[in-house]
Amino acid sequence: MDDRTPALRTLAAAQWRLAVSLTAAMMAIYFGFILLVAFDKPLLGTILRPGLSLGTLLGALVIVSAWGLIWIYVRWANSHYDRTVASIRKEVR
Amino acid sequence: MSGSVGQPHLVAVLFFFGFIAVTLGITWWAARHTLSTEHFYAAGRRVTGLQNGLALAGDYMSAASFLGIAGLVSLSGFDGLIYSIGFLVGWPIVMFLIAEPLRNLGRYTFADVVAFRLRQAPVRIAGAFGTLAVVAFYLIAQMVGAGNLIKLLFGLSYETAVVIVGMVMMAYVLFGGMIATTWVQIVKAVLLLGGAFLLAFLVLLRFGWSPLALFDAAAARYGAQVLAPGQLVSDPWDAVSLGLALMFGTAGLPHILMRFYTVPDARTARTSVSYATAFIGFFYLLTFILGFGAMVLVGQDAIRAVDRGGNMAAPLLAEAVGGTGFLGFIAAVAFATILAVVAGLTLSGAAALSHDLWVNVVRRGAAPEHEQLRVARLATLLLGALSIALGIAFKGQNVAYMVGLAFAIAASANFPALVLSVFWRQFTTRGAQASMLVGTLSALGLIWLSPAVQIRILGRPSAPFPLSNPGLVTIPLAFLAGVAVSLLMPEKDAHERFAEVEQRVHLGA
Repeated sequence: MDDRTPALRTLAAAQWRLAVSLTAAMMAIYFGFILLVAFDKPLLGTILRPGLSLGTLLGALVIVSAWGLIWIYVRWANSHYDRTVASIRKEVR
Repeated sequence: MSGSVGQPHLVAVLFFFGFIAVTLGITWWAARHTLSTEHFYAAGRRVTGLQNGLALAGDYMSAASFLGIAGLVSLSGFDGLIYSIGFLVGWPIVMFLIAEPLRNLGRYTFADVVAFRLRQAPVRIAGAFGTLAVVAFYLIAQMVGAGNLIKLLFGLSYETAVVIVGMVMMAYVLFGGMIATTWVQIVKAVLLLGGAFLLAFLVLLRFGWSPLALFDAAAARYGAQVLAPGQLVSDPWDAVSLGLALMFGTAGLPHILMRFYTVPDARTARTSVSYATAFIGFFYLLTFILGFGAMVLVGQDAIRAVDRGGNMAAPLLAEAVGGTGFLGFIAAVAFATILAVVAGLTLSGAAALSHDLWVNVVRRGAAPEHEQLRVARLATLLLGALSIALGIAFKGQNVAYMVGLAFAIAASANFPALVLSVFWRQFTTRGAQASMLVGTLSALGLIWLSPAVQIRILGRPSAPFPLSNPGLVTIPLAFLAGVAVSLLMPEKDAHERFAEVEQRVHLGA
């Protein structure tokens, strides 16, 4: 019983740190993109190869980065987080 | 080429009646399994991760995103992409901060979570107020959109369309509750994803499987500026404000939050967000292909000739690449999309009225099961009738700003209170009340004073508040109100019970 609270507190802190970092990363990527759109339209209109502008490429990458960040979180949660939760639960019983 | 849009087409009508028949069949089956409030609000908590992922995608991909964004891309190219990205980036936030704590702390509504360690009545009244404001504006936008679209697609009168959508949606929710609503969402999501995929497939077939060849053809015909940012984002503050509302509003939409109660545990909630984000992102990438496909294969003049806003771009494209049969299919999919979204919204509004206000405020948490179910169904009837009335009352009005407003209220009224209640020990009842009321009222007030209402609707020369979406001001304001009031008026009980919250968030009930 005494052992439970510190273990849970460590886990909660780790989860919070990761959640906040990933949220900040998503905000930085998305608002970085929006501010580029607002402040440097000619740059995003640069044609990299026929049919592909820098803006289209970056826009698609924002969507891919959302998938990537979720993948990072799920990988951590499915392994480390779930394992720790299971071991804390076992101790409680 | 545009000859068939707007006429009651046999294939469209057949597909449409097919969809109604199948979904009412599902509702009949679901009604026999809806025996308790746990079934009515949460589908018995037996929905799988993949099923809930599809249902979340179904709840989120409205006709506005299918027809509206494809149309926006077809008329202005790159600018349409900015919108689709804004609608996607909220999902990682749902994953990191909301989905798992919500599943572990609440039962039926998001107010369950906020009220967990606080005093029930004040928190639930404020929570229901915010929820109903979001649901009302979202419903108006959907109903008016439904009336206009169905008029364009099938040639039915506006009022007939609104009444049909309202009645069928009420049948789903009233008899089949969350079980029927979930399966209607799944059927709709599969149809919408399948239809958009097939349409994109037929477009790319003509461009040697290369999206770049398609974009290049668009640039050759309409100039390279269709691949560059245009007029949509001219004021950076406006863009950031809308972006904040879209990002954090997704994590505060009551009909989305309610879906996390339909899965058995937090891990499944996590899995379902992964699926939902994959489906929604894929769908928005497809709409980009559809928009450019319509720009090249239908032509901007032909799209504008049918609807000035471009909403008919995707149906016109379907006719151009797949004939009138395919047009009928896409038209029926669009109708199904509206029906499903409206059903999800109504169910979440009914939960706020019956579970939060009636059961937990009026009856102080002690209402027998059969009474709870009866009140939930009465609330559904009330909201269904209200949505039909609002749909007809707002006929011919410009309601485009209402979806943005619904997101702004969700982001300001629900999201800050939710995050503070789960992660901040010092949060109190008065703080939660202040955060939710300040969020809702400031969003409503600033939208009223914004250019979207003052200039575009009331025709005044200028607006007192400069931003079209209030998110940039109201989201920080709601956080500030919650924190300041909690610190000024500490609550011993809430502070002590935080350990319980923390344990439950991570270890489950």
